Amino acid sequence: MPQPLDYLRETASQTAGPYVHIGLAPGAAGFEIFHNRIGGDIAGPEAQGERIRVAGCVFDGTGAPLKDVLIEVWQANAAGIYPHPEDPRANEVEKGFRGWGRVISDFETGEFTFETVKPGAIPGPKETMQAPHLNLWIVARGINIGLQTRAYFEDETEANAADPVLSLIEQAQRRDTLLARKTAGGYRFDIHLQGDKETVFFDV
Amino acid sequence: MTDTALPPGPFYQRDRRLQPPALTPAYKTSVARSPRLPMISLENTISEITGPRFGHADLGPLDNDLLRNYAQDGDPIGERIIVHGRVLDENARPVPHTLVEIWQANAGGRYRHKKDSYLAPIDPNFGGCGRCLTDADGYYFFRTVKPGAYPWRNWVNNWRPAHIHVSVFGSGFAQRLITQMYFEGDPLIARCPIVQTVPDADAIDRLIAPLDMNAAIPLDSLAYKFDIVLRGRRSTMFDNRPEGN
Repeated sequence: MPQPLDYLRETASQTAGPYVHIGLAPGAAGFEIFHNRIGGDIAGPEAQGERIRVAGCVFDGTGAPLKDVLIEVWQANAAGIYPHPEDPRANEVEKGFRGWGRVISDFETGEFTFETVKPGAIPGPKETMQAPHLNLWIVARGINIGLQTRAYFEDETEANAADPVLSLIEQAQRRDTLLARKTAGGYRFDIHLQGDKETVFFDV
Repeated sequence: MTDTALPPGPFYQRDRRLQPPALTPAYKTSVARSPRLPMISLENTISEITGPRFGHADLGPLDNDLLRNYAQDGDPIGERIIVHGRVLDENARPVPHTLVEIWQANAGGRYRHKKDSYLAPIDPNFGGCGRCLTDADGYYFFRTVKPGAYPWRNWVNNWRPAHIHVSVFGSGFAQRLITQMYFEGDPLIARCPIVQTVPDADAIDRLIAPLDMNAAIPLDSLAYKFDIVLRGRRSTMFDNRPEGN
């Protein structure tokens, strides 16, 4: 036997279940408990850039909307900077910009909406630039391990064409599943877990 | 990272052989909620290496004490326990100052959620959620009651083992994890199709918290220990790829 590799192994994921709101969005479960809610304001009041509203639905393989889904958003600010010490420009981020939020679908309709600012372009591998995008993490009953995807913006045509992540997707028509569509009120980003319109998910 | 002088690298590849696949038909809801196409493998960019950070200003003083954080006129009914442990990465380094959130049913298996209609009663003094930050050594603890088993519509006669849902962040968004903690010796664990979504027997064992008598408080509370391991990350020692990758 060779020497053992003494790494620990990552804890296994389990579904968030139907009552995920109790822990992560208790107001929606039907009670108030914490003095500070977290995750309600992604950009904060002082954020620069274009204010946008993103709406959508998560659909299952039968085309039915998920009414118990929770999505977390992680994004850069309008200048393409993440508020995290490993972003070399982190100290330029506006005060109060967390870049992160939690969104739940409506229990009756399955529709979710959130407000934020449109992120800027972000450095990618080597000399590339990543097109503006929102990083999304999706959990729900029936989802055993959180699904990672990205929402890009359909009106960033040139940046999207040069994006190193979109170009990893072999079938060009599948890239379209990651484009948030411009609407009168902002953007629409529907997520299809399964089937003909299946959204691209990433193993990050 | 605060505990190393080396510039941090990407996270280790997630070992999907230890993680539940999306499609696990015995857990019926997964059938229509699982992608059928393979995921696109994405080497970490700065979008995955970074993630949200939380501080003590985000929390209240009772947030990790489920015996008190929803008490109306007394303590909740049930077996008083401490749940404690460390958040580590695969390199066995502590993950300091990261947010740990939990939620659970009460001692009778009833959730305080408008969609739960199980006939076991709500406990007026129990909310069922808590949160805390790990300390500089990655430690966390909660005080709560041991949750009851809970029936659910999967098979006709399916019961969840006693469990506490656990959510952890880590330092980067690629480490984001939600799991469930089970209790040593529970005979429902082996019968649960949600537990059994995990394809590796050792990985299941690591979801089971042992009774920890050393951490119990005599004449007050028993204790269970639950360590959580998040993805480790490469150092850039042998890695000459350009920065920002």
